[in-house]
Amino acid sequence: MPNMALNKVPVPEQDPKVRARNFDEVTLGYTAAMAQEEAQRCLNCKHMPCVSGCPVGVRIPEFISRVAEGEFEEAYAIITSTNGLPAVCGRVCPQERQCESKCVRGIKGEPVGIGRLERFVADTHMAQAEEKPEMPVKNGHKAAIVGGGPAGLTCAADLAKLGYDVTIFEAFHVAGGVLMYGIPEFRLPKDIVQKEVQNLRDLGVEIMTNMVIGKVLSVDELMEQGYESIFIGSGAGLPRFMGIEGEALVGVCSANEYLTRINLMKGYKEGYDTPVLQSKSVAVVGGGNVAMDAARSALRMGAEHVYIVYRRSEAEMPARREEVHHAKEEGVEFLTLNNPVKILGDENGRAKAMVCRKMELGEPDASGRRSPVEVEGSDYELAVDTVIMAIGTSPNPLIRTTTAGLEANNRGCLIVDENMMTTKDGVYAGGDAVTGAATVILAMGAGKAAAKAMDAYMQGR
Amino acid sequence: MFQIVKKRELNSSVTLMEIAAPYIARKAMPGQFIIFRVDEMGERVPLTIADFDREAGTITIIFQIVGHSTEKLNALPEGGYISDVVGPLGVPTHLPEGAARICVIGGGVGCAIAYPQAKYLHAAGLQVDVIAGFRSKDIVILEDEFRSHCSDLTICTDDGSYGQQGFVTQALQAKIDSGVKYDAVIAIGPVPMMKFVCALTKPYEIPTLVSLNPIMVDGTGMCGGCRVTVDGKIRYACVDGPDFDGHKVDFDELMRRNGTYREREASCRMLRAADQIK
Repeated sequence: MPNMALNKVPVPEQDPKVRARNFDEVTLGYTAAMAQEEAQRCLNCKHMPCVSGCPVGVRIPEFISRVAEGEFEEAYAIITSTNGLPAVCGRVCPQERQCESKCVRGIKGEPVGIGRLERFVADTHMAQAEEKPEMPVKNGHKAAIVGGGPAGLTCAADLAKLGYDVTIFEAFHVAGGVLMYGIPEFRLPKDIVQKEVQNLRDLGVEIMTNMVIGKVLSVDELMEQGYESIFIGSGAGLPRFMGIEGEALVGVCSANEYLTRINLMKGYKEGYDTPVLQSKSVAVVGGGNVAMDAARSALRMGAEHVYIVYRRSEAEMPARREEVHHAKEEGVEFLTLNNPVKILGDENGRAKAMVCRKMELGEPDASGRRSPVEVEGSDYELAVDTVIMAIGTSPNPLIRTTTAGLEANNRGCLIVDENMMTTKDGVYAGGDAVTGAATVILAMGAGKAAAKAMDAYMQGR
Repeated sequence: MFQIVKKRELNSSVTLMEIAAPYIARKAMPGQFIIFRVDEMGERVPLTIADFDREAGTITIIFQIVGHSTEKLNALPEGGYISDVVGPLGVPTHLPEGAARICVIGGGVGCAIAYPQAKYLHAAGLQVDVIAGFRSKDIVILEDEFRSHCSDLTICTDDGSYGQQGFVTQALQAKIDSGVKYDAVIAIGPVPMMKFVCALTKPYEIPTLVSLNPIMVDGTGMCGGCRVTVDGKIRYACVDGPDFDGHKVDFDELMRRNGTYREREASCRMLRAADQIK
């Protein structure tokens, strides 16, 4: 008999006041008893609507029924047969727009906490697993992966499991991509990411760090070195700025820079050398997950006031619901329907205020979305010493500009066909390099699709 | 890990290191840079490549000990290891088409970057005049290296303790006044020096390249820390530079932004000094 409670079993969290000043993980995760109780809310629908909402096709009802039975390792095996990074996905996927949005239980009450259960299964496995995964039998073919982020890691895992000799070329000193430099420790602990990366090494994947492909080696040189097929998952690129007055003032930076200093370089920790802006009052411009991450990080760095400045209303915010909720609980102040006009500086060229203009929602446009329109004469000054721009990125230009035959669209995104192959034979791509800034799970889905196509390509040669 | 195969003190605050980095050495070109991270706790610091030896698989860096990270780097011995070195980053120097006579100007430790330019262009058959400026005689570096890789070397010191007395701009003005026609000038050094060289060459319409050194984290076009305003537009030194048309660079903005973390660096230094006294 399923558990017919309308709401998810609550997940323990750090107290908002406490956690707003530390970098420890916010959500503490289910205990085994909680997980089993939540798992019993699943109706095990025959038509599995939840699976259709998962970009990597995790067999959700199957793994959840194992959790309900207390067979956590079996649940892990089911998840990892299609998802190489379950501890990551359980934490950062926008479940409310994917699997959980399709859950029948969500029609009346809350959907099953699929993300929380996935995280529980992955964490339980990590805490117990001793033995390393079995090394697959090699098939004698070589593949190269450019970029060790979610797309590249997923593609590498799938190819390695099929027996390919896989090498990941990573530009940073550590693999993980946005999971390391972008998503903060309090949302995704870095040792979890590194355990997932270690799993790949145990599968025989080689990871070469400090290798910027397009500079130190070209894609063509990789092919000359015997890599038969190449996947490009080079990720997000140049941060966008608004083009308003005052963006060159001291105290204005991109969310990428702010978060990289904190996450990848551990600038928040005693003993690490990388400096981070010390701010009293911070405006974060944008309404996505990156904006929430930057705002919540700023609080933890000691800022007294942190504002989210977003030109649409909260309903249009692309961030995960949970992130918005957590940010509010922690004390981030939301200035929705506000658009930055310019940033003002003091006599030393440091930011001291941002001029904002109030907006209101107009008539729905062709896409049905109500677009914001300016309220005349509503400009006011918001006193801030730091402005963090979190309004997106354009794809990294390094590979596209150094590889002949690789075509990009007018936004700089690599063009791929339905099999994720670029305009260059044998070269595949996925993730932000193709879509522009998107989510971890979509990048993983792309890496997965590419691995399948690369396998077919190499076997057909 | 990257081994330091050779270490040499050029003056009391400037050090040369040759580092085994075969992949980088194979591709490096003048004007490009690397990013190093001394150890696990270190920050990522950009440094322009001063020289490279493709066969030996080494690159040379020359750095001034100006802060915590360069102090840590300088503390490593010959034979020791640097945790991470990534490169070659940035776009190689690109001179105006058909340039035959050029002037390479280096200021202080900027000479370390001016040197590979002079060497490369001289080897390519161009007539290369070098003007190297220093504060005083005791910090003159790379004199022999410059002398063997240029057509004419002028050394000047602010205090007149060696070579000509005066700034590099005065030496350049003298060259121009004597009738020398340069097809291009390359100026590398402190930001104010580059600014004044550009102000000098602009009325003569001599194309002037400068190598910029903004704050940077990743060096691959991701963080945007290195953005500079060139010709009124945002450009990124790591992927669009580090060389830019000096007549179009907003130097004042660059100077301001380079000071972003100066207070923190100063207070950290005081704390460390206090620790040592304890």
